[in-house]
Amino acid sequence: MHAYANPTRFLALAKPLTLWFLIAGLGLVMFGSAYGLLYAPEDRLMGDSVRILYIHVPTVWLAMGGWTGIAIASIMQIVWRHPLAAVAARAVALPGAVFTALGLITGAIWARPTWGAWWVWDGRVTSVLVLFFLYLAYIALANASGDKGGVSRVTAIFGIVGAINIPIINRSVVWWNSLHQPASITVGGSSIDSAFLWPLMVNVTGFSLLFGAIVLMRMRAILAETKVEARLKRMAAE
Amino acid sequence: MNHWPFVLAAYAIVLIATAAVIAGSYAAMRNAENKADQLGKRK
Repeated sequence: MHAYANPTRFLALAKPLTLWFLIAGLGLVMFGSAYGLLYAPEDRLMGDSVRILYIHVPTVWLAMGGWTGIAIASIMQIVWRHPLAAVAARAVALPGAVFTALGLITGAIWARPTWGAWWVWDGRVTSVLVLFFLYLAYIALANASGDKGGVSRVTAIFGIVGAINIPIINRSVVWWNSLHQPASITVGGSSIDSAFLWPLMVNVTGFSLLFGAIVLMRMRAILAETKVEARLKRMAAE
Repeated sequence: MNHWPFVLAAYAIVLIATAAVIAGSYAAMRNAENKADQLGKRK
């Protein structure tokens, strides 16, 4: 991992990866969404509203995956002092917050025809709302840290402590009575019929690639801004 | 209840928001990298 601590070496890999992630991600999301919307079968109980599955699950997966990434990067920043870890954590925060908001919005839209209410204060929905507020707090802390290229130690510690919410979200449907269905996809397998599962996997992969491309673009922007700032300081000192 | 308005609204919100984040991140990256290149050439 330290081989990519050098920004020049990192950029040599990030530049082609950004393009490939974008192209592959867009292709998969367009195909998966069109299939989910037009060709996938309707569910016996949920009817056509089951089609929301193909975009709701990827957004919540990325909401949780984004914070897991922030926590891992924060540990790398504090323990190994990896110079790009803080840049990566900062780059994940905004898309993570956006996908968490999208997970909550699509969940509310799905809840109205299936549960009869836009919002219920159950364990799953509430813990994802808490995750959204954690993202907002992380962004505020990172912006307040003053360090253009990365985040402060306090922000990194917040990133690690906030990760406690991830297993809570995962287990919320088991620990508390919930209108939300239990996990359909686990390490042991899936209870979803393959007719619904494969387009879902296409969209999960596609959205994950797009998320990767967004993070790489934001990391490149932060590195370029840091470079500009350093050069301007050097020019002013000369 | 007709589910299609809910389905279409959910897809529209997710696809538009994702496209907006991609476009915003791309513009920020291009601006920052162009600025860095121009400063590098000014040496």
